[in-house]
Amino acid sequence: MKLVEHFTHGLTSPICLTWELTYACNLSCVHCLSSSGRRDPNELSTAEAKAVIDELQRMQVFYVNIGGGEPTVRSDFWELLDYAIAHDVGVKFSTNGVKLDEARAAQLAATDYVDVQISLDGATAEVNDHVRGPGSYDTAIRAMENLYEAGFGQFKISVVVTRQNVGQLDDFKAIADRYGAQLRITRLRPSGRGADSWDELHPTQAQQRQLYDWLVARGEDVLTGDSFFHLSAYGQELPGLNLCGAGRVVCLIDPVGDVYACPFAIHDQFLAGNVRSEGGFREVWQHSELFGELRGPQSGGACTKCSHYDACQGGCMAAKFFTGLPLDGPDPECVLGNGETALAKLEMDTVIPKPSLDHSHRKTRGERKDGGPVPLTLSVRRPDKACDSDPLAGEGRRLPAGVRVN
Amino acid sequence: MTAAPVGVPTTETPTGAFDPALPYRLSSSVSVRPESFGALVYDFHTRRLSFLKTKPLVHVVQALEHHDDVHGALVDAGVAEPDRDQYLRALAGLARAGTITQRPITQGETP
Amino acid sequence: MADPTTDQETPLVEETLVEEVSIDGMCGVY
Repeated sequence: MKLVEHFTHGLTSPICLTWELTYACNLSCVHCLSSSGRRDPNELSTAEAKAVIDELQRMQVFYVNIGGGEPTVRSDFWELLDYAIAHDVGVKFSTNGVKLDEARAAQLAATDYVDVQISLDGATAEVNDHVRGPGSYDTAIRAMENLYEAGFGQFKISVVVTRQNVGQLDDFKAIADRYGAQLRITRLRPSGRGADSWDELHPTQAQQRQLYDWLVARGEDVLTGDSFFHLSAYGQELPGLNLCGAGRVVCLIDPVGDVYACPFAIHDQFLAGNVRSEGGFREVWQHSELFGELRGPQSGGACTKCSHYDACQGGCMAAKFFTGLPLDGPDPECVLGNGETALAKLEMDTVIPKPSLDHSHRKTRGERKDGGPVPLTLSVRRPDKACDSDPLAGEGRRLPAGVRVN
Repeated sequence: MTAAPVGVPTTETPTGAFDPALPYRLSSSVSVRPESFGALVYDFHTRRLSFLKTKPLVHVVQALEHHDDVHGALVDAGVAEPDRDQYLRALAGLARAGTITQRPITQGETP
Repeated sequence: MADPTTDQETPLVEETLVEEVSIDGMCGVY
């Protein structure tokens, strides 16, 4: 039996669990999948986070991917890191590097069962900072230098592939080699703020082909988080599971304890439950209605008749959802062009879903490069005045443009 | 795997090819998680994740430490004779990956 | 080393009992 068929019966625990620790972030990357910036007033406390870790230990979750926002801006981050490791849960955390000074790098080098992943979206400051903000390239490189000098060993560099950086893949590899790091490239999805920058940033069809060819030729030791399986329709299948793992193999725990099918699908439609409710995370993972549905047979619609369906399985659920496409149809970046055709056919009055949450810094929210209408973000949460202030008050770097406080 | 503040890698040194006449056990850095189809196995030291695709195979790897040789574990798990070669090949692969390791043939285990 | 490939069609050789998968080979973010 193919391995993937086993997943339809459900796994005891997720394999690749993503846990976003906070919505606070010192940056405002234009494609942020979690629309991060400002802390949510309702985020899990230290005690609640430890209770989640205890659960993960009981469930034998081997390894958790911690992110955010910027997880290291939580003052209890290092405490939670140690707690997880001491309780049989390995940690990989994703960071823009803002807190990784020499002391922290040395501390991490002395810690086992922890993996560090630095985000970088350009091999040059010009390309990187266009997406991640002025100074962010320097911050990332400095963190890499610190880890390298401290003898951390092989950390990861994670790149979101965009129209502007797809020509820099070899350069990214060179940066990784220079610092003894492993390169990881992942797919941009139109999630969070990514919805607004998607048109400008997502690779063209020609570039997708270029990317695929590069992965086949040079991608031997490059990780992809299995995010390019939709490109497998070009030919030889790329290594990985090659299917959407949302709710089956992966899921997200967000900073307020909400459990979503996938970190790219932060929307009520993909909300399975909350860790604070009776039965905790395990109950949600094993018995939520949403995950039960996702684990059942999926309708591939017209895609099932395509000869490539076995390789691409209809692509990424979140990419379809946030471009307004039906889930039982082609991915917007279908390599055969079926997604583009479907997008062109969308009715004028098609409602394109917006993310349910927006924690962007006030200066970022509503800015649109094309001068289009400012999207209304209806929030069900009453904002806490305390959180209108800079989440980094008193520590760390401020946003270069400054954050206006109302 | 029991929680260790800083994981001390196993000091078992590779002693050659897989030999089913010898005693084996699961490596101390490995965690086995039962699933409906078999089990997931994660090695905290090598960070490799494997699927054991049948329940009898799971039973075998967990039984290894209770038997003086691999064959005993196969019998314990009720693996039918015609299937044993297939299982031995799978176990050889697990040994190469470091998931299972030889046990010293003495009274009392090294910690 | 365990066989990392997934079977596309009914194998002429026996199916392997162990399959290794990259923990990064799941569509997670990080």
